[in-house]
Amino acid sequence: MKTTSFLRWESMLAVVVVLEFVLFSSVSPYFFSVDTLSDASFNFTERALVALPLALLIIAGEIDISVAAIIALASVAMGLGAAQGVGTPGLALIGLGTGLLAGSINGALVTIGRVPSIVATIGTMTLFRGAAYAVLGDRVLKQYPESFAAFGQGYLAGPISIELGLFVMFALLFAVFLHHTRWGRAIYAIGANPVASRFAGVAVNRYRFALFALTGLFSGLAAVLLTSRLGSTRPSIAQGWELEIISIVILGGVSVWGGKGSILGVVLAALVFGLVTFGLGLMNIPGIVMSIFIGLLLILVVAVPALLGRR
Amino acid sequence: MSATARRWSESARRDLTLAALALVLFGAVTCAFPGFAAPGNLAGLLDDTAILIMLALGQMLVILVRGIDLSIAANLALCGMLAALFNRALPGAGVVPVLALSLASGAILGAFNGLLVWKLRLPPIVVTLGTMSIYRGAIYLLSKGAWVNENEMTRGFLAFTRASFLGLSTLSWLALGFAAAFIFALRRLRVARDMYAAGGNPEAAAYAGIDAGRMQFIAYTICGAIAGLCGYLWVARFAVAYTDIALGFELQVIAACLIGGVAIAGGKGSAIGVLIGCLFLGIIRSSLPLVGISAFWQMFINGAVILIAVLLSARSRVHPRSILETPRP
Repeated sequence: MKTTSFLRWESMLAVVVVLEFVLFSSVSPYFFSVDTLSDASFNFTERALVALPLALLIIAGEIDISVAAIIALASVAMGLGAAQGVGTPGLALIGLGTGLLAGSINGALVTIGRVPSIVATIGTMTLFRGAAYAVLGDRVLKQYPESFAAFGQGYLAGPISIELGLFVMFALLFAVFLHHTRWGRAIYAIGANPVASRFAGVAVNRYRFALFALTGLFSGLAAVLLTSRLGSTRPSIAQGWELEIISIVILGGVSVWGGKGSILGVVLAALVFGLVTFGLGLMNIPGIVMSIFIGLLLILVVAVPALLGRR
Repeated sequence: MSATARRWSESARRDLTLAALALVLFGAVTCAFPGFAAPGNLAGLLDDTAILIMLALGQMLVILVRGIDLSIAANLALCGMLAALFNRALPGAGVVPVLALSLASGAILGAFNGLLVWKLRLPPIVVTLGTMSIYRGAIYLLSKGAWVNENEMTRGFLAFTRASFLGLSTLSWLALGFAAAFIFALRRLRVARDMYAAGGNPEAAAYAGIDAGRMQFIAYTICGAIAGLCGYLWVARFAVAYTDIALGFELQVIAACLIGGVAIAGGKGSAIGVLIGCLFLGIIRSSLPLVGISAFWQMFINGAVILIAVLLSARSRVHPRSILETPRP
């Protein structure tokens, strides 16, 4: 029963993806080409990489709205490292490490500090973004070594970018982890009923901590890719991304009440999101108007099941 | 009955602690910079904090009934733009229609949040995250991305917030008036008592004949109306309206509530606490330049203060609740 309703949601998303292809191809003759689609993938790969662990976190009944602030903090840390002459591998490690550390702080606040995740991450979101502003002010960091550009601008083979390759690989890994391991089942159990899971012997807080740390690590990864692609760091980098990343997860059919969701749904939602962003861009519709669509989409996605009477 | 009494004394203790902390902070800054306590400076501090106070009072109501309003700053910005455009289109209309328009438009935007939360039982954080970007986008559509500048605003429109009475600006008086009204209403009005009950224990409240969803709707609508009014006040005070005004201000408002002792789990909070929480942030903000710390540190300090406040209040919390839980059975 549960599985069928999921499959229905995912097939609906798949239909939307196809419709978008048809619509945008008819609007613009340039849309349906390998190069264009390859370019379009940059519209979602970085956000979608964060959406994967965030989906797990939301399935476990928690939330992290500090992800975009972590990206900014990690980017600033890399910028400072680059200014000190750190090489490309070192910079990537700094980005990943900052993300992991920031995510661990979130995890500690929720598990050890027993602060509700929404409040904890509103606090750290302000703290991390605030730290980025405090360090940089109105400055820009851009002394990145030339080879650093490879992460966000390089290609694996033909039109497949490193970013896209990473996303596909991690999507598969997350799908296997969530749907085919006992750790994945434990995450569903925690989201459905944390108290019962604890009684059943699941180390709930250890999972929570690990998921926050993982979400931080992937925010760090997104920071490496985004910074490498842009080649510069401002404290306002990735501003508002938390909304888009959460939207992707919820659009993917992950229940905000916890305990439900699939990686396939999140991947399809990321495609829907990336195509909408790119397609509207082709039609010269400004980003701020895009945000109306995203906001409406976000509400519709939770409202439609509520209207139909099934949660 | 005794439980109620205990809760009140508990909340009074919390308010007192916070007031003492704020006084210590104030005293420390005044010791280092005696000019800080000058009446003119204090009036300025209140004027700077007035909009935050009003918004935080509205947000408190929403959090009290287990909601959260992330769209509060976007609502403010949209209503502020509406007020500015109305003033430009009908310069002769005066301030009263502008006030009415901003209150009404804000109430409608707030009621929209409230309806979704009440009737469809959608999670408040998702609803207001969504409306936040819808309202922001709507400003762009409304203004076509253009600014409304000071020279396009009438003198009456601008003068209202700046008029001074007994040394305090209209803005300050409004904030004090709202605070007084909230302090009175939260203690005396039945609807306010119902909100505490609905936020504290929705199941029990339902048995007592209180519709928790309706309380959420009322809270969102009031919060929206206040945000709308503050939209006009903000635009008039800073003499400019554009798409990005008050961007991210919702976090400061929520921070003020959390510092003021409003429990994110609902059912707990006082207007006095919120007032002191806002003044606390106001003192920090206005003392930063004195101490020689760049304004870029403000956000970081806010974050640190929020985390300390919630960590301290989490220690005393008995029933933890995730915001993503369903608000009602």
